[in-house]
Order: sequence, then structure tokens, then C-alpha cells
Amino acid sequence: MARPTFSQKVKYEKELKRDLAAEVVATPGGEKIFSCLQCGTCGSACPVSVYMDYTPRRLIGMVREGFKEEVITSFAIWLCSSCYECTVRCPAGIRVTEVMYALKRIAIREGIYPRRFPVPVLAKEFIEMLKGTGRNNEFWLVLKVLLKSAPMKLLTSWPLALRLWQRGRMCLMVSRIPKPATTDLRRMLEAVESGPGPTAKLPLTAPAAAGERTDQSDLKKAV
Amino acid sequence: MAYTYFPGCCMHGFARHCQDSLYAVFNALGLELRELKDWNCCGATTYISVDEYQAFALGARNLAMAEKLGLDLVAPCTACYMILKKTKDYLARYGDLREKIDKALATVGLRYEGKVEILHPLEIILRDVGVKGLKAKVKKPLRGWNVAPYYGCLIARPYALSEGFSLEAFDEFVPALGANLIDFELKARCCGGSLTGTVEEVGHRLVYILLHQAKLAKAHVLVTVCPLCQLNLEAHQGKIKKRYGDDVTIPIPYFTQLIGMALDLPEKALGLQKLLVPLHWEVGQKGLAAREPAAA
Repeated sequence: MARPTFSQKVKYEKELKRDLAAEVVATPGGEKIFSCLQCGTCGSACPVSVYMDYTPRRLIGMVREGFKEEVITSFAIWLCSSCYECTVRCPAGIRVTEVMYALKRIAIREGIYPRRFPVPVLAKEFIEMLKGTGRNNEFWLVLKVLLKSAPMKLLTSWPLALRLWQRGRMCLMVSRIPKPATTDLRRMLEAVESGPGPTAKLPLTAPAAAGERTDQSDLKKAV
Repeated sequence: MAYTYFPGCCMHGFARHCQDSLYAVFNALGLELRELKDWNCCGATTYISVDEYQAFALGARNLAMAEKLGLDLVAPCTACYMILKKTKDYLARYGDLREKIDKALATVGLRYEGKVEILHPLEIILRDVGVKGLKAKVKKPLRGWNVAPYYGCLIARPYALSEGFSLEAFDEFVPALGANLIDFELKARCCGGSLTGTVEEVGHRLVYILLHQAKLAKAHVLVTVCPLCQLNLEAHQGKIKKRYGDDVTIPIPYFTQLIGMALDLPEKALGLQKLLVPLHWEVGQKGLAAREPAAA
């Protein structure tokens, strides 16, 4: 008989990844996550929270406590459509949308997302195209994303493509900025120093060491 | 009056009809659009999920180029509108971000000072032509049309429009065209954005909620101010009908197409033939009456 397996629900301090909160706090807009009251206004305002595995409130709670694995592998971060309803309603002034962006960035950077899941595939293709021509062409973008994420969907999406084509609303010619400007754009993007990365430090007195968060006043002032 | 025009990628792609009608209406109202040379994609809501600081650099490049021209910047796509405003806000708010962006801009000989004003074309029309001015130009009032205005998220949040505007003030363009204003409760609810393409079940549900509400409100037309909302709301009506067993067919014009019809501009110039759900004068129950000469 196989041995029974027990899944551990509680995390020990050493299993927590405290640097996750540090990175989110260092993100413009994410500074205030430690002022979150856990009131749930974000989730109740969110038009897609009913489809989420973790609501934005739980995600913020988990980020604060260092439940990195659960947060990064959640479906919820990819569902956020950036409508900013949570951001304008949060009574603590947390820009929840920016927190979601930060989590998506971490997941993409660490390569933790379902391989064929269209949202991160779209993000990557979008950027590649933008770096090439300075602009986006939705026909080629959608085609590339579908090929890499759900090729079978091409079968169901072609009628819409055809209707748009018949009405002159689809151009196969890529609108691009003239050559010297594209090079300029790429040069400028390369010159941008990267934002807060995994090396970000919490502006608190070592919360990871003692598991204490007494210095929250500092955070509020940091904004 | 002249403005710098930031089309954004969609106005050169699937939203050509929006651009056609924008030019036609601005022309008829005596407003001039000058396209920003060498503009680049604003990064939409996507670039920032891969690299945050580069995303702000994209917006800043456009703003820096527009600033040199000294005119107000018009962004007809609400995603571009919000991203450009957000870039302006964040660069003013976060010193270290500003420093990095300034350095990057300097490598291509650009300088950003934070002076340029970003406006949506509807704001321009209401500010520089005014409701009265618009009313005076109407030749074929849209009599009998129940028009529900829908604005979507990004124009209303998080920067709550430009100084002196509100969604209620926005609504006034509808009665100015002679149509009945439907107070559309969900006017600032999300249309799903790119979810209609990526997570279809969720995206379709969001679109369906809006279309269903428009049907309940007895709207003949749901008018949008964003080309992506426009596409989302009209392109999936067939699939939604199949999925939910509810016929929610309704024309979804871009707002300048509606204004253009009331100004009696040629249908072709307004790109009406490019809509997926056709929009005809007969759309309102008494809409035919409006076909009679302007004196009516």
C-alpha cells in the first residue's frame, strides 16, 4: 500500500521568500502593500475576480508573507485586464494594478507560467515586434500568438479575420517608423537601466531575519 | 486650432474607420490634426508586464517629441491616452525613474520637460467647440435614436479625465446631436481588453454583460470612445449569441462616426461601411424622419 501523503498548508519561516515583497515595494505604485487592510475592496470591484483562483486581496496578503510559489503560479495574475478599478477604489492607496504587473514581470522573468498560455506569449511577441518596427501590427501579432499558444484556434478565428479584411481593416503591411528612428528607439530602450529586480531590498529593518514588521511607518513615508 | 495627433497602432490597423471619421469630423469642425512624426507604440498595457522602465521610456519618447511642437497632444485610443498620462504622472512623481528615463532619452538627443497636455478627441471637441457649438453644426439630427455612450475603463481611470471633465459632461455630446441619451450604467466597466483573444470565456462574458445591459436599456446604438472597445463590442456579437443564447446585436460606432452622421458628412468619409455591424439611418424607430432635409 502506498504511503499516505500529507500536504503541508502552513509554511515555516525558512520556506518563505521575503524578497518577493521587497521587489513589489520597490515598484512604483507598490510601495504601500504593507498598509493593506485586507478589506477586499479590490476583489469586489474587480470585473474578473470571479474567475480568479486567488483574489487580489489574497495575492497581496501572500506577497507580504512571502508565498512566492503560490503567487507566481496563480492564474489570477494573468487574468487582470488592467482596468484600474481596484487601484481607484483601494482605501489604502495601493495601486493594485501595478502590483499585478510586478507579479507578471517576476513570473515572465523566472519563466514560470504554463508554456502555451496566451497572455505571457502575447506579452513577449508584442515586445519583440515593437522593438523591430516601433509599432504593432495586430494581424501578425495575433497570428504569431495563436501559432505559439493555441494553433487550433486559427480554425475558429479566421472568419473574423476575413470580415475585417473585407472591410479594409486589416493590413498585412507593417506600419513602421522610418529606419533611422527605429534604430534610435532600440538604442533608447537599450539605454534604459532596468527597474527594481530581484536584488531589491525592503526599506524595513530586515523582516526576513526576525519575521517582524514593526517599521511600517517608514513605508508610508516612502511614498 | 491645430493639435498634434498620436494615432496609436490601432488607428493605422483595425480601426481605420475610426481614424477616417476622426479626420472628417475634425475637419468639419475647423480643427486640424497634425500626425506626430516617427511616433512609436505606447506599449499599451502589455509592455509593462515584461519591462517596467522601458515601458515608461516608450511613452516618454512620444511625449518628448510632441513637446517640441508646442501643441496639445490628441490620443484617440483610450489605452494610449491613459499610458501617456500615466507616463507623465509617474515621471513627475518618481525622481529615480525620471532620472533613468532622462538618461535614456538623452542618448537619442531627446529631452522631456513635462509640459505637453494629453487630451482625448472628445475632450477637444467639448472644450474647443463646446456643446453649443456642436449643436449649431448639426445638420441631420439623430432624432429618435436611443444612444448609450460607453467609455470603458482607461479613459476614466486612474487619471479621471483631464481638468474640468467628467463622464456626465461627456454624455452631453449625445443630446447635442439630437439623439435620446440613454444613461448607460456600465459606461465605465471593463470590456475585457485583450482577454477576448487570450481567455475567451472570460472576455466574452465581460462583453456580454455590456451588450445585455444596452439591450435592457433599449439602446439602438452603443457608442464608444476607444477603438479597442469598439472592436471588442462588435466583433464577438455572433459568438456571444451562440454562447449565451441571447441576441444582443447592436451597432457599435466610434463616437466621431456618430457625430459625423449628424453633421451630414458622407458615409464613406466616416468609414461606416467598415463597421462589422452595419449602422443605418433606420436604426432609430423614427430615424427615417431624420433623412429629410436639414430644415426638419
